[in-house]
Amino acid sequence: MSEVVPVGAAGFSKSEMMIVAAARELAGQRVCFVGVGLPNIAVNLAKRTVAPDLELVYEAGVFGAEPARLPLSIGDPTIVTGSIAVVSMYELFSFYLQGGLVDVGFLGAAQIDRFGNINTTVIGDYAHPKTRLPGSGGACEIAINARQIFVIMRQSARSFVERIDFRTSAGNLGGAEKAERIRREQGWLGRGPSVVVTDLGIWHFDENGEMRLDSLHPGATLDEVRATIGWDPHVAPSVAVTPAPSREELRLIREELDPGGTYTK
Amino acid sequence: MRDAIADLVRDGDTVAIEGFTHLISFAAGHEIIRQRKRDLTLARLTPDLIYDQMIAGGVARKLIFSWLGNPGVGGLGAIRRRIETGEPAHLEIEEYSHFGMVGRYTAGASNLPFFPLRSYFETDMPVANPLIREIESPYGDGKVYAVPPLKPDVTIVHAQRADAHGNTQVWGLLGCQKEAAFAADRVIVVVEELVDEAVIRADPNRTIIPGLIVDAVVVEPYGAHPSYVQGAYDRDNRFYLDWDAITRDEATTQEWLNSWVYGLDDRGAYLEKLGADRIAGLRPGSAPSGSVDYGDYR
Repeated sequence: MSEVVPVGAAGFSKSEMMIVAAARELAGQRVCFVGVGLPNIAVNLAKRTVAPDLELVYEAGVFGAEPARLPLSIGDPTIVTGSIAVVSMYELFSFYLQGGLVDVGFLGAAQIDRFGNINTTVIGDYAHPKTRLPGSGGACEIAINARQIFVIMRQSARSFVERIDFRTSAGNLGGAEKAERIRREQGWLGRGPSVVVTDLGIWHFDENGEMRLDSLHPGATLDEVRATIGWDPHVAPSVAVTPAPSREELRLIREELDPGGTYTK
Repeated sequence: MRDAIADLVRDGDTVAIEGFTHLISFAAGHEIIRQRKRDLTLARLTPDLIYDQMIAGGVARKLIFSWLGNPGVGGLGAIRRRIETGEPAHLEIEEYSHFGMVGRYTAGASNLPFFPLRSYFETDMPVANPLIREIESPYGDGKVYAVPPLKPDVTIVHAQRADAHGNTQVWGLLGCQKEAAFAADRVIVVVEELVDEAVIRADPNRTIIPGLIVDAVVVEPYGAHPSYVQGAYDRDNRFYLDWDAITRDEATTQEWLNSWVYGLDDRGAYLEKLGADRIAGLRPGSAPSGSVDYGDYR
């Protein structure tokens, strides 16, 4: 990676920092199932920086995608041209995901709780929702069958909540002890969520299966973190500062991946 | 298209227009709206813009799906209004995950009573939809979930090419069109190009649906616009972005239907209104596959 741009000099947005931090988490991973929205740009950045050998799996039925542009959606034709394999969705979900070949499932979320359980279905009551969200897509089965789950989402009091309105995708349930027992009993392949990257920092999961703030992005404060979360968060004894985006990471986002600023405004 | 929809799609039918982002038959969807079909149950993994338009057009009483949105852009206002407020009409929903929907078509196509999968554990999905049921493995090695077969009355798919018998070939994303077609009672195939049977027979690995199960072949170039056809045209993303604003309001949605569906006789008129420049701008560069030699065995 090239030299670091100091905050305030060249400058970068919170969203850019979030995408860069999420991409770096993929270093060393082999097979990643790419979710819709923010995961899409983070994974494509990782492929161009820390994880050139990463095999991108799209639920549309592509293994080993080499997208020449940022896919407009997770079914974009650019994920097909030059890929290793185009398969039916049956094969993708049965053999690749349920068969245990996916190392990381990279998801977004509308709501998340302290144990990494995710809601992408409704805000409010299911039968009479205040806001109808997209629903599961493949997330429900990715959360159970991918070896581990990464989450990328913006932090706010509405999204980081004590109780999610609907559990679309299972995280650490009510805590690590219960989650581990159920995973063992029911033969889940995955060990659940391992990292949540937000616009303010990086969270991993502690021995109780609860989110722990391990790193703050440059410029973000603990007060800001506490104001945008619905519970009293576990903060690591010494919180690191996330290294700022490099010039090359910013160039890739701004010139190649998201020139229109769809994800980074 | 007019005859195929009139003959094969009946009020009250369960209809699946499949194609995951790729190859979505907007042409068939618009014709269903134009013919004012009623009380349909619409099934599709990702309802996309076409079901938002059809539901705004009043053709459906129920939606079966797994991901509801305008891919890469935002929401589907016409469907959301009906779910959130029941206005201007109630819409019944039945919701699964993608794997659940794929499994439903697979069970339907294979004449099985259910499809087992490792999903839904410890989620609210089976509470929201009691048709998702936990079952014990008959071999004593734990629990899985089951989803019921889905057998549409009609499945409609768009493809790059078919011959006059309906032997259909696709390249690019395959989605679950094959499963949805084999699960259906009636199948309509809409194609960019009608080819000789010899073209199909020269490359049999590319065939996803045999003419044996096809009831009608409709030739409708650019019939998947504003979605895309691998190698022929790109997604018209400008339209997906425009739809985000149109669908936020019921009145603008209905105005759009008046001017782009009810006000036009057929797909030819739609393409003329769209303009040749708009279409030409969607043409991708070229990336041909190498060819393989199947061998001549006599």
